[in-house]
Amino acid sequence: MADPVTFIGQWLESILVGWGLSSAWISVIMGALGVLVLGGGVLLVDIFLVWVERKVVARFQDRLGPNRLGPFGLFQPIADVIKLLLKENITPQGADKFVYNLAPILALATVIILWAVIPLSVTVVGSTINVGALYIVAVGAIGTLAIIMAGWASNNKYALLGAFRMVAQMISYEVPMVIAILIPVILAKSMSLADIVASQSVWYIVLAPIAAVVFLIGAQAELGRAPFDLSEAESEIVAGFHIEYTGMKFGLFYAGELLHALTFGGLFATFFLGGWRGWGAETYPILGIGYFFVKAMFMYWVIMWIKYSFPRVRIDQMLNFCWKFLTPLILTVLSITAILDKLMSGVPYWIYVLVMLFSNLVILYFVYQAVGRYARKERQKVADPEKVQVNFRVRSSTPSQAS
Amino acid sequence: MSPLQVIFILVSAITLGAALMVVTTRNMVRAALWLVLTLFGVAILFVLLEAGFFAVAQVIIYIGAIAILMIFAIMLTRRIAHDPGPQINATWPIAAVIALVVFGLIVFFVQGWGKAASQPAPFPAGFDPLRELGVALVSANQYLIPFEIASILLLAALIGAIVIAWDKK
Repeated sequence: MADPVTFIGQWLESILVGWGLSSAWISVIMGALGVLVLGGGVLLVDIFLVWVERKVVARFQDRLGPNRLGPFGLFQPIADVIKLLLKENITPQGADKFVYNLAPILALATVIILWAVIPLSVTVVGSTINVGALYIVAVGAIGTLAIIMAGWASNNKYALLGAFRMVAQMISYEVPMVIAILIPVILAKSMSLADIVASQSVWYIVLAPIAAVVFLIGAQAELGRAPFDLSEAESEIVAGFHIEYTGMKFGLFYAGELLHALTFGGLFATFFLGGWRGWGAETYPILGIGYFFVKAMFMYWVIMWIKYSFPRVRIDQMLNFCWKFLTPLILTVLSITAILDKLMSGVPYWIYVLVMLFSNLVILYFVYQAVGRYARKERQKVADPEKVQVNFRVRSSTPSQAS
Repeated sequence: MSPLQVIFILVSAITLGAALMVVTTRNMVRAALWLVLTLFGVAILFVLLEAGFFAVAQVIIYIGAIAILMIFAIMLTRRIAHDPGPQINATWPIAAVIALVVFGLIVFFVQGWGKAASQPAPFPAGFDPLRELGVALVSANQYLIPFEIASILLLAALIGAIVIAWDKK
């Protein structure tokens, strides 16, 4: 039983053939079943993630976390779900009811449909479309829409402000993140995620470490997690775009956020850590699923590690960091990677890997120098009070203009 | 009926219904959201034609950029969110006649074409439409010059945006 998923699929298909259905309808039924199984499985993982997140944050904050219900508090999320379902559903006055109720569904759904293109194993792939990398960007755009809908339909100024901040942040950080995705695409010469994983005999984090870090920062910002959690800065705008949501509607946003974090961990694993690749994963595809989830969970842990260790940045710092640092940096890396890739067609693969790694290290050295100079300049301003100009004008860095 | 036809009819009905809602609803934000649904329906039609790249580009550009920009513009000017004025003006019979005539002509020509009822032919093995598109955009005897002109136009628009937003001291 090296490959149970394919085996069950073929078995079901043979039953359907036995019923005398045409092949077109069988493929539709099998596709629908695949969607149900994958979506249901992802949602089940999502319930478990509530426990993971609470347990890990407890460790970071020197607490124990949920530990009463079941072994290690494992049944706590089930109690949470029952609580959320029993809570009163409040629709604020003046809210656009239809859009208000649609927004949380859309927020969770856009996260689940990302899993359609992620290869879980050599044989278990939702869809092998040849534009997988672009598909992820497109789905992200719909996620942005869900947040706008929630913020607008709530008829609440805080919700609208939170949505504006969140969307400004997501649209800005989409730029370096998408360019960071392009670098594995160049290295694999394919936009299909299955091909990107299949061509990673050396993990791309070795060939493109800068792109990996930029992707991770972009993911953190897309998720709206600290240090980029301005959209729900409690001290400023109470809770952000989901301030008016109660009960399970809030639960959907919360579940969507947790699952989104794991999904970005999975995407990081797919693009930079070799996805399902590991010892024996090609002959025993079931192992590949395990490897994939271990890598995805590790990256999810890294995302949590960053979230619970860094203070929040200001909005001008957030936008400056994206447009004045990350975007030029990743554009430089992209051009150099593309040129080197063209120059080195035909050289042995280990030289290719070493040159790519070395070019990344050279860029990193110059970046380090430039950042050091910038920091000295900033310190100089503070140390030299004569030259400080007091400027009371509001800087033009509101989210609406930046987008 | 094949499943492809069922999906096509469903998606077309949703797309057309949403398009109708765009022009009839009085709430501007809702109209923009209906427009998003319309554009998404068109993206699904691209998928049915096995043009995955166009489907994804449609979602990224029209929903991810244009629709969100429109929603932002409407939201930031809250007073125009509700349009109290009349939705049709005196020339609507002429517009209706022209629309019907154009629709009739399209139906007539598609009937005459003869290939409208045929299934899309599958791609030959080893044929990557995305690669073909990419090569076509940068090879000199195909679409290199239009592609470069479009790039320069976009660059000019970018510089123009910077000039408008420039903070002169």
